[in-house]
Amino acid sequence: MKELEYPFDAEAIMLKKKQLKRRLLADERIERIKKKIAVLGGQTTHDIILAMELFLLDHGIEPEFYESGFDQYYQDAMFPNEQLEAFGPDVIYFCTTNRNIKDIPTLRKSREEIEGMLENEFSRYRQMWERVAGVYRCPVIQNNFELPLYRLLGNRDAYDVHGFTHYVNQLNAMFAEYAGTHENIYLCDLQYLSADHGIRNWSDPFYWHMYKYAVALPAIPFLAHNVANIIKSIFGKNKKGFVLDLDNTLWGGVVGEDGPENLKIGCEEPIGQAYSEFQRYLKAHVDLGIVLAVNSKNDLETALSGIRHPDNVLKEEDFSVIKANWDSKDKNFRAIAEEIGVLPESLIFVDDNPAERMMVTEQIQGVRAPEINDITRGAGTIDRSGFFEVTNVSDDDLKRSEMYRSNAERTRQQARFEDYGEYLKSLEMKAEINAFEPRHFARIAQLTNKSNQFNLTTRRYTQFEIEKLANSPDYLTLCGRLEDKFGENGIVSLMIGKTEKDVCHVELWLMSCRVLKRDVECAMLDQFVKKCRERNISRILGYYYPTTKNKMVEKLYSDMGFTKIFENEKNETVWELDLRKGYSEKNRYVKVEDEK
Amino acid sequence: MSRAEILEKLNGIFCEVFDDAALHVTEETSAADIEDWDSMEQINILMACEKVFSIRFQLEEASMLACVGDIVTLVEKKLPRLK
Repeated sequence: MKELEYPFDAEAIMLKKKQLKRRLLADERIERIKKKIAVLGGQTTHDIILAMELFLLDHGIEPEFYESGFDQYYQDAMFPNEQLEAFGPDVIYFCTTNRNIKDIPTLRKSREEIEGMLENEFSRYRQMWERVAGVYRCPVIQNNFELPLYRLLGNRDAYDVHGFTHYVNQLNAMFAEYAGTHENIYLCDLQYLSADHGIRNWSDPFYWHMYKYAVALPAIPFLAHNVANIIKSIFGKNKKGFVLDLDNTLWGGVVGEDGPENLKIGCEEPIGQAYSEFQRYLKAHVDLGIVLAVNSKNDLETALSGIRHPDNVLKEEDFSVIKANWDSKDKNFRAIAEEIGVLPESLIFVDDNPAERMMVTEQIQGVRAPEINDITRGAGTIDRSGFFEVTNVSDDDLKRSEMYRSNAERTRQQARFEDYGEYLKSLEMKAEINAFEPRHFARIAQLTNKSNQFNLTTRRYTQFEIEKLANSPDYLTLCGRLEDKFGENGIVSLMIGKTEKDVCHVELWLMSCRVLKRDVECAMLDQFVKKCRERNISRILGYYYPTTKNKMVEKLYSDMGFTKIFENEKNETVWELDLRKGYSEKNRYVKVEDEK
Repeated sequence: MSRAEILEKLNGIFCEVFDDAALHVTEETSAADIEDWDSMEQINILMACEKVFSIRFQLEEASMLACVGDIVTLVEKKLPRLK
């Protein structure tokens, strides 16, 4: 529905929401799935729900809502609730705000007290997420926090531990860390939304004091639109690709009239730069698996001469389909969808010409054609529309799509083997296991900060600390990189040992879960033992500190032939491997390359 | 702007908010007369008034409106006067 497409008139949506709902429900062309959505609020959620309903109806989702009592989000999440259990939510949305933060830092508090407060605040949320995940087993959407409206310390508020701005940023980082490492929890980025909107308007205190809305009424559609995008993405209603016009959309000028050499593209002039930036934005979508196609009124040869202009960011091979002819654009649009094998309404039409946009959207039900009249703002409009809202990736690696492809290959390979050992052999794994090298310091520090599951001590290191111990004679470090026949896996395992006379304490041992059960841990230990022997170490002491996440390595040391020599009341254990009693190598399947 | 003109514009807002083109409000109309007019809709009406008349309400003013006539009086007071 036009009124609900970004950029929308938010106040008009609030004013006309009854009429909009009536019209949406009357539109029988839209097929809808029914979903139950529980909104657990730390503020009034009445109009937020009404606005969400509009956007969801427009996305083909007919929502039924459960609304918590005012500010009852914690109680509803933490305690048995017959009504909510009977409702059986498909999604739970925690609609909270920085107004819900219980304890606010003051200058009288010490750094330690404030860190304790942060941990308390965060654990309230973590407990809620964990409980609802267990009881309701559905995706959870959680608002992070908008930045505060006031800055007691001015600019210092952002970097002093006593600043509320600093505090909110810390909490948001903790939310992000959790959401980034857990399945089925999605953050609604209030911090971004409110900044994009303007915090002073977003958090207008009038609406809080009047009706306990922490989001000003005129800003509610932006929040509702954003949450609806996450929900439609979770339920598989994202768009899948772009159908792009060429002349005055991907470059300035008309290739058939001006000639390819006169097109405005590239860094020579401002307008060319703007088109380049727009092309870069579109091209970045390819890594997300978004399809690009061309729909242009040109002779094919002419169109190709434009596409082959060397300053284009988008190259011929980036387009899955190129339709350049004199047929009507809606006809080409349908043909493109058919060739790619998707429904036409899952493709976005990008064209500078309003007449063409109207032609396509009127002829083909459900196609979205964002209004792009000024290319410098084109990416902004597309971006905020949320067509491709990304909810289903957990690995932040840039090579993600490639790695997933090789993972899929490995899985298929595994299915062909009866014997797991045969499968491992077939992977032709090669590892490089060396001491920490300067070029890897940043990545190593990053890994120590994000690995939680295969991590014996969960010690976190800064890059500076990594650098220091890599250069110290008292430390033994190992960094394992793995390659197999399907590709490079990168750095997958780390070990840090501190030597004291003839004893080596394993301060850190972590591994990426991607390479679990592939003998990499055996190869690491073999190498570690070898290095210890070179230093005349006779005993290795391993430490296991249990956390909520590292249960999988509880038995690692015992499996590796260590003997438990100590356990305290927190179930922290110390394990000993006496090298004088001999050690037999454990790795069978990974070929370890000779050192450089 | 006269009270009648303000009332006419207000009537337009009420028609939109309650999605009823036939709605006709008078200065005496209050929440008791319109079924859906509750505190949640009231804030939508106020937001629309702020936009339509280009004014801003203060918390205290917004908290003591009982009927349409009260809104007319408030809007009238807030509108810049022509000298």
